[in-house]
Amino acid sequence: MLLTLLVVVTIAIVRMRNLFGVIVLAGVYSFLMASVLIVYDAVDVAMTEAAVGAGVSTVLLLAALHLTKTMEYPQPRPAAIPLLVAVGVGAALVWATYDLPAFGLAETPINQHVVPYYLQNSLKETMVGNLVAAILADYRGFDTLGETTVVFTAGIGVLLLLKGRIPTRAGSRTPPRDGGTA
Amino acid sequence: MFAAAVLAVIAALVLVVVRVLKGPTLFDRVLAGNTVGTLAIILLTVLGFLNGRPEWIDIALTYGVLNLIGTLAILKFVRHGDLAHDAGEDRA
Repeated sequence: MLLTLLVVVTIAIVRMRNLFGVIVLAGVYSFLMASVLIVYDAVDVAMTEAAVGAGVSTVLLLAALHLTKTMEYPQPRPAAIPLLVAVGVGAALVWATYDLPAFGLAETPINQHVVPYYLQNSLKETMVGNLVAAILADYRGFDTLGETTVVFTAGIGVLLLLKGRIPTRAGSRTPPRDGGTA
Repeated sequence: MFAAAVLAVIAALVLVVVRVLKGPTLFDRVLAGNTVGTLAIILLTVLGFLNGRPEWIDIALTYGVLNLIGTLAILKFVRHGDLAHDAGEDRA
């Protein structure tokens, strides 16, 4: 049910020409996605989705919209080949999932490699009660440091891009009435 | 009981998404988007109590703050065309 709503909102995002509406829809999408993740009992991921999708990216998209116009020009020609490629790749990925082992089996390689070691020794070695936090912040500490560096650099780049332009004061930006989603 | 509440929330979500998609003006969309966030909060709380983990309500509070920030940012941009606008400039 929620997934159907997600699909509907996604199609509307693609088809809508008013970029204000697109930003609102992106926030809606993010909250719906967070709800789906909550239903799957992944509250921490849902938390991240809501914080990044509905909080930060709304502000960032608005700041980017400040530098451009609010209406998107319609595409000059229908993009048939990219659609074909995307659908093909998606179908291939779905086909590939049939070869995966069943979810959550204890005998699969991913659950046999280092997971038993972590389960046995993480509390003793890291003194962190939460196993996920112990793996991310201790065993994979350098990996997490690298990720943080990448995100930080990207943030600086975005800030420089948004800051580098002198804001134009010409004309008040009243939003036009958008005519439907088509 | 809780299951009925969840179903009601999802039904409300469907109605609100319809409004987001149709909404003749931008402000209908903004309001409906805000309502989607509110319904997500309610869904989170109800599911938390349904699954016996009422501490999810803390996360629901954070959602409320995020929802407010997003809506305020959109509205401020619509009014002033600028996120860093100082309201004091208007009066001076």
